[in-house]
Amino acid sequence: MQTKRTIFSNKGLPYLLLAPQLAVTIIFFIWPAAQAIKSSFEREDPFGLRTTFIWFDNYTRLFADPTYLNAFGRTLIFAVGVTFISMAIALLMAVAVNRLLRTGKIYTTLLVWPYAVAPVVAGILWWFMFNPSIGILPYVLGQFGINWNHRIVGNHAMILVIIAAAWKQISYNFLFFLAGLQSIPASLNEAAAIDGAGPFKRFWTIVFPLLSPTTFFLLIINVNYAMFDTFGVIDGTTSGGPNQATNILVYKVYADGFLGLNIGSSAAQSVILMLIVIGLVFVQFRYVERRVQY
Amino acid sequence: MSKTLLATGTALATLLASTGASFAQTEIAWWHAMSGELGAKLEEVAQGFNDTQDDYEIVPVYRGTYGETLTAAIAAFRANEQPAIVQVYEVGTGTMMAAEGAVYPVYQLMADNGLEFDPANYLSSVVGYYSDTEGNILSLPFNSSTPIMYYNKDVFEEAGLDPETPPATWAEMEAAMNQIVDSGAAPCGLTTAWISWIHTENFSALHDLPYGTMENGFGGLGTEFVMNNEHLATHWDNLKRWQDEGIFRYGGPEGGPDAQPLFLAGECGLFMNSSAGRAAIVANADFEVGFAPLPYYDDVIDSPMNSIIGGATLWTLQGRPAEEYAGVAAFYDYLSSPEVQADWHQFTGYLPITNASYELGQEQGYYEENPGSDTSILQMTRVEPNENSKGIRFGSYTQIRALIDEEFEAVLAGDKTAQEALDSLVTRGNALLREFEAANG
Repeated sequence: MQTKRTIFSNKGLPYLLLAPQLAVTIIFFIWPAAQAIKSSFEREDPFGLRTTFIWFDNYTRLFADPTYLNAFGRTLIFAVGVTFISMAIALLMAVAVNRLLRTGKIYTTLLVWPYAVAPVVAGILWWFMFNPSIGILPYVLGQFGINWNHRIVGNHAMILVIIAAAWKQISYNFLFFLAGLQSIPASLNEAAAIDGAGPFKRFWTIVFPLLSPTTFFLLIINVNYAMFDTFGVIDGTTSGGPNQATNILVYKVYADGFLGLNIGSSAAQSVILMLIVIGLVFVQFRYVERRVQY
Repeated sequence: MSKTLLATGTALATLLASTGASFAQTEIAWWHAMSGELGAKLEEVAQGFNDTQDDYEIVPVYRGTYGETLTAAIAAFRANEQPAIVQVYEVGTGTMMAAEGAVYPVYQLMADNGLEFDPANYLSSVVGYYSDTEGNILSLPFNSSTPIMYYNKDVFEEAGLDPETPPATWAEMEAAMNQIVDSGAAPCGLTTAWISWIHTENFSALHDLPYGTMENGFGGLGTEFVMNNEHLATHWDNLKRWQDEGIFRYGGPEGGPDAQPLFLAGECGLFMNSSAGRAAIVANADFEVGFAPLPYYDDVIDSPMNSIIGGATLWTLQGRPAEEYAGVAAFYDYLSSPEVQADWHQFTGYLPITNASYELGQEQGYYEENPGSDTSILQMTRVEPNENSKGIRFGSYTQIRALIDEEFEAVLAGDKTAQEALDSLVTRGNALLREFEAANG
């Protein structure tokens, strides 16, 4: 079969049509990213009065700094924690709501609400509930003999920020999972039920594999969310403390650059962060996507 | 990446702030970090100046916290959209002083505009903090504070302590804290804001201990930290022990966000914070509040030195039109008058930074009517400051303050002894100082 092709004689037209998209990409991504790469090779005073080109000094200094290396481990724990908790709970809720016939819409609406809450506000909400002096949860935990204090105990702080960050994301994941579940033909489930498969067996062998495109998409979104968009949650609750226990990579970029005014080091950190994301997305598409059944 | 965004944002904000102007007057932007009651009072001060003359209009713009204000001003400077006046906290002093070419020193500004400005009118400890090595004052002192101790007189009474004699030494403090908790008057004895400012920097000044070499950094960028002495270690270890015993409660890093609520709720009987917290504490406490100087260790020093200041000063940035600077100079002249100073000090709890405003307050009988309101100024001026107590000046100090909190938290968590934490603080802090020296030298 021969495909019919239209040939535009004007060479400039395709570029003209692409221009708006290219302009957006260049202005909002390429240009700032190039600036960050340039700054990461420089040492500069905050006012930009004196700039020296120092090659990889900012990078070598970072990798010689144990606190920076520790931030990698913390970011990993945080990202895995947030992604797993938010996706697992969202899936559980979506499966539950999917079985409801009449009240499903109301539940869906209610469950979406947290997504409208700004990250900082979400952080503050949980901070209040977990506040060692005035919060309700430390009081309840105290009844079980747990002395909650995220001001001092690093693990408590990490649990707090993971919960606060995951809570907000559950709504988003829930919507996608629900949509995914509703697109699975009921006949498959019914056929399996007739063959005698129990609810768990049916979920793991039929529903979950058919849901894999949604799960894969959410995995990428959630990992990126945990690594980049959780700045507000951390800033509103622990500010990276105690003793750096919740100082993840993205927060450190902010703290060093905006609070510490150390632009070179901060730029180097954001370049590293950028490389990590590129790497992560690559790995996800190259290896994880192969196992996804569309 | 973030720089460009920030600059665009600030440029936009400046644009917004400058619309709605009247035409004849020269508008002068004043970026500040005073929120709530303090912010309203600051706007009143600006309005007061605007009402006295028709040539200039000071436009105060709230830019968030001190840290955010400084960052915004620097980003604006890089984008050539800077305000003429910016309020910078004492922690940013090292950064501002190193930025020659970006800053219009106040002594020069006043001289250029033919206005008289005598730093000798100001408290020497305030002037010293903001003067360069040649003794020229670089920024206009505006809101300086110093830490003091607040205590709950009702809790003292209930615990069987004398509400009129607050503990003066740390030994008396420990006894009082124990008595408060043991008697059941309150569940905790002491809480505090600012581990860095109060329990590290001011601790060193009060006990005449060096904090850094080269006169605590006043002598130049080559300074190194030396605060890891046994006395400070003992104090941090004590705080850790008291935390474990339940008579002290850590209020969180930086300004200790949990500390003031603990005190106001009657959970802790004693509280250390900036003197500028007085207005808010008196307004929100449903008990009688007592004021006292910071305690000291009588086995380290017989009588304590002066405390050092915090708060902020007004910096003039270069690169604005000349007529704006004439207005800035006139505004600074207005701000230096005893009436304006005394009003600001009495309303806010900040120090009376000019001698004349302090004397005016005395003439008005203000300190007799408001007992405790002169605790801060008396503590500041009780002795002539020496090189250990005249203040500190270090680059990258925002980050170093964060290191202090981190190391202290490591002590509280039991990960390190106080000596180990302070040694690590010195190592890590010095690395930042060297980096700052390299970038600004």
